[in-house]
Amino acid sequence: MVSASSKFESWLKPDASGLVCDAGGFHIDPLRAVDRAIITHGHSDHARPGHGAVLATAETIAVMKARLGETCAGSFQALGYGETLKLGSTSVRLAPAGHILGSAQVVIECQGRRAVVSGDYKRRADPTCAAFELVRCDLFVTEATFGLPVFRHEPDAREIGRLLASLHAFADRTHLIGAYGLGKTQRLIMLLRGAGYEKPIWLHGALKSMCDLYVSLGIDLGDVRLVADAPDKLPGEIVIAPPSALQDRWTRRLTDPVAAFASGWMRVRGRARQRGVELPLVISDHCDWPELIQTIGETGAEEIWVTHGREDALVHQIGLMGKRGRALALVGWEDEEAE
Amino acid sequence: MKAFAELLDRLSYTPARNAKLRLMADYFRAAPDPDRGWALCVLTDGLPFSFPLRRTLTDMMARRMDPELFRLSRDYVGDTAETIALAWESTTFPLSPSSRGEGRGEGQQRTSEQASAPHPSPLPTEVWGEGTGAESGSPRLSDIVSELALIDRNALGPRLEDWLDALDATGRWALLKLLTGAPRVGVSARLAKTAVAEMAGFKVDDVEQVWHALAPPYEPLFAWLEGRAAKPDVTDAPVFRPLMLSHPLEEGDWAALDFAEFSAEWKWDGIRVQIVAGRGEAQLYSRTGDAVSQAFPDVMAGFGFDAVLDGELLVLKEGERPPFNVAPFNDLQQRLNRKAVSKKQLEHFPAHIRLYDALVIEGEDLRQLPFMERRARLETWHGKVRPPRTDLSPLIEAADKDALQKLWAATRDTGIEGIMLKRRDSPYVAGRPKGLWFKWKRAPLTLDVVLMYAQRGSGKRSSYYSDYTFGTWRDGENGAAELVPVGKAYFGFTDEELLEIDRWVRNHTTESFGPVRAVEPGLVFEVAFDAVQRSTRHKSGVAMRFPRIHRIRWDKPADEADRLETLVAMIEG
Repeated sequence: MVSASSKFESWLKPDASGLVCDAGGFHIDPLRAVDRAIITHGHSDHARPGHGAVLATAETIAVMKARLGETCAGSFQALGYGETLKLGSTSVRLAPAGHILGSAQVVIECQGRRAVVSGDYKRRADPTCAAFELVRCDLFVTEATFGLPVFRHEPDAREIGRLLASLHAFADRTHLIGAYGLGKTQRLIMLLRGAGYEKPIWLHGALKSMCDLYVSLGIDLGDVRLVADAPDKLPGEIVIAPPSALQDRWTRRLTDPVAAFASGWMRVRGRARQRGVELPLVISDHCDWPELIQTIGETGAEEIWVTHGREDALVHQIGLMGKRGRALALVGWEDEEAE
Repeated sequence: MKAFAELLDRLSYTPARNAKLRLMADYFRAAPDPDRGWALCVLTDGLPFSFPLRRTLTDMMARRMDPELFRLSRDYVGDTAETIALAWESTTFPLSPSSRGEGRGEGQQRTSEQASAPHPSPLPTEVWGEGTGAESGSPRLSDIVSELALIDRNALGPRLEDWLDALDATGRWALLKLLTGAPRVGVSARLAKTAVAEMAGFKVDDVEQVWHALAPPYEPLFAWLEGRAAKPDVTDAPVFRPLMLSHPLEEGDWAALDFAEFSAEWKWDGIRVQIVAGRGEAQLYSRTGDAVSQAFPDVMAGFGFDAVLDGELLVLKEGERPPFNVAPFNDLQQRLNRKAVSKKQLEHFPAHIRLYDALVIEGEDLRQLPFMERRARLETWHGKVRPPRTDLSPLIEAADKDALQKLWAATRDTGIEGIMLKRRDSPYVAGRPKGLWFKWKRAPLTLDVVLMYAQRGSGKRSSYYSDYTFGTWRDGENGAAELVPVGKAYFGFTDEELLEIDRWVRNHTTESFGPVRAVEPGLVFEVAFDAVQRSTRHKSGVAMRFPRIHRIRWDKPADEADRLETLVAMIEG
């Protein structure tokens, strides 16, 4: 464990707004409005409105504009994966994080050292976004959403198989899946398509705009339709809705729905029960515990900062691995899967 | 094990009865013998073992996992067995292989995950794969159970580690649940038997008839249900005979009833049981055919006779005149749902059986005889054998219908729920035949109460506020009237009424806590209940028995609802 004496602190450190790089004159995913922000991905806890200038991938900028409005920042600059930009005394590039469409790790080089800020990331294949790129570095700033040894996500195909088996066993009931609107919904649709499910997939109205955006960015979701346009109460069909709608009065338009929820939290029974879920699906857009450990090892970093999540266990583990770990305890970066 | 683990997992999340039946029937149809028979054994709570695992698990995890990581995980998950099931890892991380004892399982990192993935096709049979026989690398339920039945306690730890290594997280969770005894996934033995019966187009009573002649893994049962073998022979076993049940007496029934054709008895407020004894064996069955003998050694001790009898299980009060010496149902409750019973319970709540019918006496099947003749045989036999802790339910003498109705209306003794009317010529017919037996429950108690909290239901009702906590008025500390909760009810209303109440709740919410909403005191329910007793567990000091919504009093102002004193005055004995 290290404190403020870290040798990286002269150019990268946590402050009240989140992570700030003074040498480059920018913040990363700041919690409040700043002059210049690099945004790792479009989830609302990372991409907030009101910054003077935003640097992000073109996809993240498109997401921000669609969710927060065209004028949610003073100006936007798109940076493609792999392109390098000089900022102050640093050079910056974005590397795919594999979390959602457009998600990026921020790679910063300064004073002959390299830091990688992961944002949210995962290591598994995801048909809706570029695969995580491993970047070796001296300082790795990682998330820890699922930073406990009990989180080991099942293979996606197993979970999709369970969903399809349930659809087979309860062919007369609607299967209503709660899924976060940006990223999870589209990935779920693509996983179903990949498993050979060709039927229409029905959406709650709140999910439409992000699906449209994905389609416009080249992700073919197949036949997706709005529940509002359904001819009947959708027996035996798959419906996706925001998690908050799972127990909503809205569900009365469906046929005796099987409530499912796609999230890494579904691994723990108490969490699934709390949500009143009948079919928990462990499908996550974050690393599980073994993947966090694997990534921390593979980056070769000597120092690891943990931004948000269950940092106690991960920092302890980093110590067991003989590396220096530090919990930044940044507040405000929440977890969209808990939504 | 995989298919069974998946079944337990889904059952644990499935609230609806029909959905549970479907899941179980699908499993029993697809799974091979003898796995499915052992599954049935687990679901009917019939496993011949249960292991106290706490120490074994603690020792095992101390060797396998960093203690701090285990503690943090356990604190988050809240359950030791589930934590182990989820965090289990077969190899290098976080401990090095050298610290893993005999080095078992080295190089098998995440074996089970690899075995179950990739999952190339969407065919549901992939998940219910046990049906096709082979589950490569995963131990079979039947193998695990047969080994456990004979295992030396000292060998359990190492074997457990082997199995945990070979299973996935769901399998590990299911195995640990199974080892500690009952699976507790919200399935009764009766429901599991219903699933097995319905899978093959039979009724649950068909299964009950043969059940106690069979033993796990029940291969003859499945063979019979699937038409591959004859019905199992039950002549020599103490098997449950399906009960004859009664209909509630409606006003029209009473008007049409020919009094001379019927015999009357008290309806006792206990548990309907069937005693089956003979050839040195005996069983006590609940009305659903579950064996409850273990919990009642006191009555079982007297069953050295040869008969199948129908009666009511009761707890008696000392020093009162029979037959009105029945303790409140609450006392009987202390003896129910236990696998073992303490000396103190036996002393404080002595069990007793009040007999009212005989199906078989000394090998002779009486079921085709008229009720009055069976009754006469029962009286003669009981007078001769005099089994301890039993008596006969007396017949009620009443000159005519009016006299009986007066008795019915006047009787409020503890332990009496009303009157039974049985046709004198009725044979003993399994099920609920029309027109032979009637139950005439005494009028329920009713009270006007005020809705205080509403909670979301589960399953089909999960989008509705369908569980209601209600209260009565009393004087608060400052003298102002306040509501105190006295009970909870979640049925007694129609679907249309549920919609209206749901709407009312949403429009009159004062506070929300998770699935619960507090509401303004504005909606009055007339609740019906069978009895009210003192209770130290409730703030009001009273507990209602079997409360249900009788009427919704949209018309009644909340401040005109009843007071707590009115309810307290209804407490019996």
